[in-house]
Amino acid sequence: MTESTYRIQGATGEWEVVIGLEVHAQVTSHAKLFSGASTTFGAEPNAQVSLVDAAMPGMLPVPNGECVRQAVRTGMALNAQINRYSRFDRKNYFYADLPQGYQISQLYHPIVGEGGIEISLDEKNPDAQTKTIGIERLHLEQDAGKLMHDQHPTMSYVDLNRCGVALMEIVSRPDMRSPAEAGAYLKKLRTILRYVGSCDGNMEEGSMRADVNVSVRKPGDEFGTRTETKNVNSVRYVMATIEHEANRQVDVLESGGTIVQETRLYDPDKNETRSMRSKEDAHDYRYFPDPDLLPLELDDAFLDACKESLPELPDAKRKRYESELGLSAYNAAVLTAEAETARWFEALLAESAKAQGKPEADVAKASANWLLSELYGALNRMGKTIDESPVSPAAGAELVALVADGTISGTIAKQVFEIMLETGDGAGKIVEERGLKQTSDTGAIDAAIAKVLADNADKVEQYRSGKEALFGFFVGQTMKAMQGKANPQMVNEQLKKVLN
Amino acid sequence: MTELTDLGIADIRNGVRAGTFSAREVATAFNARVAEAKALNAFMIDTPDHALAAADAIDAKRAAGEDLPIMAGVPIGMKDLFCTVGVEARAASEILNGFKPTYESTVSQKLWDAGAGMLGKLNMDQFAMGSSNETSAFGNVISPWRRNDGSNAPLAPGGSSGGSSAAISARLCPGATGTDTGGSIRQPAAFTGISGIKPTYGRCSRWGVIAFASSLDQAGPMARDVRDCAIMLEAMSGFDPKDSTSLDLAVPNWEAGLSSDLKGKRVGIPKEYRMDGMNADVAAVWDKAADWLRDAGAEIVEVSLPHTRYALPAYYIIAPAEASSNLARYDGVRYGQRTLPDGAGLQDMYAATRAAGFGAEVRRRIMIGTYVLSAGFYDAYYTQAQKVRALIARDFAQVWDHCDVLLAPTAPSAAFGLGENSEDPIAMYLNDVFAVPASLAGLPAMSVPGGLDSQGLPLGLQIIGKPLDEQGVLNAGLAIEERAGFTARPAQWW
Repeated sequence: MTESTYRIQGATGEWEVVIGLEVHAQVTSHAKLFSGASTTFGAEPNAQVSLVDAAMPGMLPVPNGECVRQAVRTGMALNAQINRYSRFDRKNYFYADLPQGYQISQLYHPIVGEGGIEISLDEKNPDAQTKTIGIERLHLEQDAGKLMHDQHPTMSYVDLNRCGVALMEIVSRPDMRSPAEAGAYLKKLRTILRYVGSCDGNMEEGSMRADVNVSVRKPGDEFGTRTETKNVNSVRYVMATIEHEANRQVDVLESGGTIVQETRLYDPDKNETRSMRSKEDAHDYRYFPDPDLLPLELDDAFLDACKESLPELPDAKRKRYESELGLSAYNAAVLTAEAETARWFEALLAESAKAQGKPEADVAKASANWLLSELYGALNRMGKTIDESPVSPAAGAELVALVADGTISGTIAKQVFEIMLETGDGAGKIVEERGLKQTSDTGAIDAAIAKVLADNADKVEQYRSGKEALFGFFVGQTMKAMQGKANPQMVNEQLKKVLN
Repeated sequence: MTELTDLGIADIRNGVRAGTFSAREVATAFNARVAEAKALNAFMIDTPDHALAAADAIDAKRAAGEDLPIMAGVPIGMKDLFCTVGVEARAASEILNGFKPTYESTVSQKLWDAGAGMLGKLNMDQFAMGSSNETSAFGNVISPWRRNDGSNAPLAPGGSSGGSSAAISARLCPGATGTDTGGSIRQPAAFTGISGIKPTYGRCSRWGVIAFASSLDQAGPMARDVRDCAIMLEAMSGFDPKDSTSLDLAVPNWEAGLSSDLKGKRVGIPKEYRMDGMNADVAAVWDKAADWLRDAGAEIVEVSLPHTRYALPAYYIIAPAEASSNLARYDGVRYGQRTLPDGAGLQDMYAATRAAGFGAEVRRRIMIGTYVLSAGFYDAYYTQAQKVRALIARDFAQVWDHCDVLLAPTAPSAAFGLGENSEDPIAMYLNDVFAVPASLAGLPAMSVPGGLDSQGLPLGLQIIGKPLDEQGVLNAGLAIEERAGFTARPAQWW
């Protein structure tokens, strides 16, 4: 466990920041939490609204089992207690985005209880500087609709497509002490959700948003009064919100003021938070158990099936990559940070093992290195994600295998990869057609060496009189003369023979 | 030959099946009867074409030699709380003015599937909140019954299903749907000398029924006798995946199971229901009913339901709490009435719409419900009421060790005059004192006529049964019916 040293330097000394996050994650499901309406993003306004969502008279909610399953799986992935008995409550308030006049949520008996997430603050060394952030609870609730204020000069429009979509509200303990910790928590949570497949984690489309609770205190003091900044929709903004809000609170306190418990909004354009409403005009939500719904009672068979369906989670995968595949901690961390990357890597690994006829552990390092340097580099240049890679894992494995068995050198491999990207051809075909095979023909190599040494007689002289660093120069010249196709190991051996 | 409109559900169905008369003849006769009974104000909307179309479909089936379903050719009245396609559904409230559902409630669909047709939408207490039908925004229903003192004072048909009870007792329809949240089927049945059963909570789907208090609302049939109730209950019941509280159980053939032989059965008389200052006529008919049931072979035992006196206060916390939330959707945005004062913002529109659209009793209950759910009051009221509810359910669960059904009065008195209780909400609420405990426990309960009081008005007897034992309730009701020989009917003055 690492203690954060993040402090705000105030006029009266150092201040510590205390952060808790409430993350709303949209459950991946074709239908809404209590109605059969679709949840696809980007449909025409009000095209995905059922009679239940529009709160027509006499309509009743029916829980969507898939949403319940996803919440339970997520809870399991967060090492959290799964509550076999949970219940839905109504949160009552009037607003145009809420046709029922209440949101169905879970206040008193959430489906998931205490859990935790381990975060690391050092990307290079994920086993150092770790810290566990407590999860207080995870509950299911309905999303509200969306108001559109830019459609008409004097009226607001309502789009109910999102109304009734299932959200998981994941509430952390106030365990974070710096913007970096909050950022790491949010990223790790997103990674876990994506691994589990319970939320796509797409913050731009609003499928994951955070309410940021911030307070400040002198180190060792009791918690200060907190503010809650609502609906922050990127990791960067969450970190900026914390930084801004903590500094604002320190300024207020140091100038003799007090912090008001209130709801605030983050304005990314101005990079500041603004008051939205204070506790005094907070709603009385009149929570009570929803009488239209029976309590959720989960049996062993359901829980076992949820457990069975869980994939290997990122931390376990990372550790396995290190211990079983012999990857460096850093490479293992990068490869497992996103489920898509790990999936791609594992496909590459399987293909490589097949192509080379070796165990995965023997081909893992080369495969990982190629993915992280060559493929990542190319994808970055093209602005593509790994799922959009123009090269398949099998095609990558073919290339890696050609290097591994000495058919081509690493340098040629880079060229071949570029051609693969341009033409879509396979590595073997390219090497064959363009004659890029590495040569181990000692006659040709010896001839090239002889020519290089003859052309650089002065350097040969210098080398022989002790300037051994020039060896690399001769290797380079020879390789160049051979257009990169010479087996570098043979070039080395032959050069040594001739020079010494 | 008897007038077609004097026939009940079983007789109509049997006659249509046998070809004694056609379904169209029946529908035509009842349509005419409805049309000439405007003075009762029982029907808010007449739908003669619906009744005729359903009848024609049945006649065509018969002509084609097909088997006819259990309510073949029976035209019924539909309480305005049920949504039916294309026909305004207002829950007798201004706030739903103009609302024509595009969907059919599960219960009404089942009735149509069983061969019934709709004569019209029946008046009721607004949002089913009331015991006299005086809270309807569309005028009181007037009971067809009159006292024998010659005063002709208009009487309440009971509530909230008062349009249903008045229409059946006036022979405007052989049966009608009711809903019962805290007595809304049983009390009006008692007031008008007809039968009505509220089944076990969850037997009838609530989907498409405008909600009052979700944990209590339960639809059920109202008809002239026990057999008709059994037939119509079978048509209305059944699991509905669209209602999470619906019971996933097979629907018994209650009609086939009817038997008034109660040998080996024990009937409990709950001593807490015998209250100080009880109406003498009510007490007398209750005692007589015990004798009838003994005569039918049952053993009569005195039992105790110790928490009975807390039922009414608990009910008037739980039902308004749920209602305050269930009725939040009537905001003037998507359907029904909208009141938009000049320059009004969103919250102003909500307030103006709801103030204008809801009647006084509905507003009162929304305010009570809002209050008992408020921060700081929730535990003292709502939580406490839920505990009471659990204790009441436990009282019943324990009493089944000693008896099979319970016998009690349905209401503390016969029908009262319109206006007599309307100034005092508590006096009005006390009408439900015998009905509410079974509602809180979700038990099947029915009212059957027991006789007339000294003013010549019907008195109802209530049978409460074990969960899912509608058969036991119906059978005890049948035993009373056979011995009570209740044949009184209101003289036609309308």
